[in-house]
Amino acid sequence: MKRLSRNEMAARVARDIHEGAYVNLGIGLPTLVANHLPQDREIFLHSENGLLGMGPAPAPGEEDEDLINAGKQPVTLLTGGCYFHHADSFAMMRGGHLDVCVLGAFQVSATGDLANWHTGAPDAIPAVGGAMDLALGAKQVYVMMEHLTKGGESKVVAHCTYPLTGIGCVSRIYTDLAVLDVTPDGLAVREILSDISFEELQQLTGVPLLRAA
Amino acid sequence: MINKIIPSLEEAVADIHDGATVMIGGFGNAGMPAALIDALIAQGARDLTIVNNNAGNGDTGLAALLKARQVRKIICSFPRQVDSHVFDGLYRAGEIELELTPQGNLAERIRAAGAGIGGFFTPTGYGTLLAEGKETRLINGRHYVLESPIHADFALIKALRGDRWGNLVYRKTARNFGPIMAMAAKCAIAQVSEIVELGELDPENIVTPGIFVQRVVKQEAA
Repeated sequence: MKRLSRNEMAARVARDIHEGAYVNLGIGLPTLVANHLPQDREIFLHSENGLLGMGPAPAPGEEDEDLINAGKQPVTLLTGGCYFHHADSFAMMRGGHLDVCVLGAFQVSATGDLANWHTGAPDAIPAVGGAMDLALGAKQVYVMMEHLTKGGESKVVAHCTYPLTGIGCVSRIYTDLAVLDVTPDGLAVREILSDISFEELQQLTGVPLLRAA
Repeated sequence: MINKIIPSLEEAVADIHDGATVMIGGFGNAGMPAALIDALIAQGARDLTIVNNNAGNGDTGLAALLKARQVRKIICSFPRQVDSHVFDGLYRAGEIELELTPQGNLAERIRAAGAGIGGFFTPTGYGTLLAEGKETRLINGRHYVLESPIHADFALIKALRGDRWGNLVYRKTARNFGPIMAMAAKCAIAQVSEIVELGELDPENIVTPGIFVQRVVKQEAA
């Protein structure tokens, strides 16, 4: 069975981000999307620590400790970009001004519930950061994750068993096997990215899937 | 003549009392007022409640304040990091209290305090562990959680330039929590890289108006 690499997944997500979109890319896998955004589109990257118009990583030696992204890595600012304080930054998210957030996940449910902040392990030190804000932080919330856990279990589930980050907040799921839309009728297969059939995809997935309209 | 410039870091933090709630600006190291934190460590106030996005990195700055056992409780969004070993140790030993709040709720709770808001309904966190026990409301078909403002006795923040009236500008993403923490504290103390004359800051571009700032101190001051 063919599976998309992490970079192939990022390229697939990037293809769906339109000209002029205001976009927040979560920490981890979603960060890779920035490397695949089409060069002929102007897209505004938002980082919740307080910048819009985020550019690529600086050249070695050009790092500035006052210019970082939400992952605390050095970044650059594009010409025309700007800085703002934290309350304004989260108003951009919570207020529905961003077009797209791309997030990683442990699990997503058939109704778009998201679990991505806590494994539920009793001895874990809890840390949430902007995860719950990002989950509700855009007109479209895309999740990017492997379809299956390392143990082969579906990460698309009927009900999340990990602690929730947000309820009914995910619009679309990009996995290494398929693109799934969260619809009022259930999860609709928008595209199969592997060499498997709909039936084979269904067998691997923890919830009933709908064929794309 | 109004002059909010304090000649030394030591004087700037001298009256921070045991048990005070102290907001500390910064997101990681960007915007962290390291000189003021070092002054607070030297000053020795204990039993503090600290408000910051994180819970210290490495062994300097906020981590050093924790290590000096001056902090009873921390209100933050993201304590656990690869280099948060000081916090991790205290937390696992039950020697520090943690109030975990989503990052945007943290920012808005601080802003609300500064803006005189008694509480607000936010969609963030609804239905999660972090909203347990909190009042909720259905407004226009969407679920919201009631969150309360966070007031502070003091705010320690870092800015690029400041003048004797307390007007401030920041540098790049080091701005982060500075402007809202200045608003939310009874006494906001800004360490600045440069002190400028009145009028040197373009009034169109002042980010924090001096009304929100009580003390300005040069970060290299004694």
